[in-house]
Amino acid sequence: MKSTGLHVGEIKPGVAKKDPILIADHVRRQFGGLVAVDVEHVEIPRNAITALIGPNGAGKTTFFNLLTGFDQPNEGKWSFNGKSLANVSAYRVARRGLIRTFQLTKALGLLTVMDNMKLGSTEQLGEKLSASLFPLIWKKKEKEIEEKALEILQRFKLDTKKDDFAASLSGGQRKLLEMARALMTDPELVMLDEPMAGVNPALTESLLEHILGLKAQGMTVLFVEHDMHMVRHIADWVIVMAEGKVVAEGAPDEVMKNPAVIDAYLGSHQDIDLGTVTGRITLPKISKEK
Amino acid sequence: MAAKTEVPVVETKDLYAGYLPGVNILNGTNLYANKGELIGIIGPNGAGKSTFLKAIFGLVKVREGSITLNGDDITGLKANQLVARGVGFVPQSNNVFPSLTIEENLQMGLYQRPGAYAERLEFVTGIFAELGKRLKQRAGSLSGGERQMVAMSRALMMDPTVLLLDEPSAGLSPVRQDEAFIRVSEINKAGVTTIMVEQNARRCLQICDRGYVLDQGKDAYTGTGRELLNDPKVIGLYLGTLGS
Repeated sequence: MKSTGLHVGEIKPGVAKKDPILIADHVRRQFGGLVAVDVEHVEIPRNAITALIGPNGAGKTTFFNLLTGFDQPNEGKWSFNGKSLANVSAYRVARRGLIRTFQLTKALGLLTVMDNMKLGSTEQLGEKLSASLFPLIWKKKEKEIEEKALEILQRFKLDTKKDDFAASLSGGQRKLLEMARALMTDPELVMLDEPMAGVNPALTESLLEHILGLKAQGMTVLFVEHDMHMVRHIADWVIVMAEGKVVAEGAPDEVMKNPAVIDAYLGSHQDIDLGTVTGRITLPKISKEK
Repeated sequence: MAAKTEVPVVETKDLYAGYLPGVNILNGTNLYANKGELIGIIGPNGAGKSTFLKAIFGLVKVREGSITLNGDDITGLKANQLVARGVGFVPQSNNVFPSLTIEENLQMGLYQRPGAYAERLEFVTGIFAELGKRLKQRAGSLSGGERQMVAMSRALMMDPTVLLLDEPSAGLSPVRQDEAFIRVSEINKAGVTTIMVEQNARRCLQICDRGYVLDQGKDAYTGTGRELLNDPKVIGLYLGTLGS
């Protein structure tokens, strides 16, 4: 299932990929005296699932904002499918097939869940007074969009909520709606900012299958996530950021063995039951051998 | 499993609450927390976990049922009255005053009893040592994990008998999440009865004394943290098998 052999040559931060979909060069963003992002070179492999990990405040979300036109860097260039995205506004970036979601959700609260979904579709014909008189023109398309929306909502377990206002959803459900809406556009590259934060573990698991399905359909996925089980399970490639820079890259298992990554990010308790750390339980020694 | 003591610190009986008229989020939730216990609440998205904490803290109107604190009925009391009675609450997000310094944030937690500041500060910085060195820093300049610490510290300033935590590990990097759980455990060991809602269910159940699985506003399963961790039904419906 995992894609391998994505890189060319020796693995180091900024290593070239065989078939990159996104390339960033010397992208730098400063907020006053604070350098939030200073990425020398990074390439995202096509038709693979790449995870972007790193400590809080490493600049992951800022880097997402820069790549998708939600923020402008102080310097640097980056391209998607070989075409530069510098000074391309966010909505045009989306039209080119690069869709992102937000860590803090941006659902339109006063629209229903279904309307939120329909809004995400790129196939909307648009409203014209003349066309509105002839339902034949738009009825069919409308129905297609609705069916597609419903199918995605079912997978995200939001179908029973389709007529509710998005504002009435819980935090986790809004997260799901955000991701579902992004998929309405059939993007080429989808960038997910902490998609599973606040989503319950069992549902996360079923959604991971869905993300793997997206890859099988030819989509490229780049996601930021703190859930290492998820990263291990679906990521083909992992990029580690710290203090605005790319500090490590590689296959998930290799990266997670990197002592610097363990030290700064994963912590020493990663695979240990916290009950033993906090002294709440004393596990028999057998469980360590497992 | 710890049976219910005669007078639990917090007990809710058949709690019904919601936001929209006619729509209940909580559908008869029962829970108790004995003195000194660490209780974890887990459950699917939209199960009513956050609403449950808000109902206890008087932020959501209770429609039916009762909440008691050390045997006294506190149903319908306002948040400020509850703080005075020793209930501390840390919301899920937006939980610090960003334009105030850490020190001012901590003082806000103690506005009903400003005289005790020095003494409480000592207790709080005993658990969160790094905050003590940065009291003059603005809370808005802190990272997510640091804000979470400030929010927890602020709730601890009032010397609460019970602490309600809404997803203390949300949005934190793995090492910070583990730290947050260890801190929660320390706070609890210092004698504060704690009720935490968590999405990182495995970690939560590893440290808590007892857990509740909330589903559609009802307490569907309950047991010790260990029992729930190994319960096939809870695994199937809620925990999943990733990371087991």
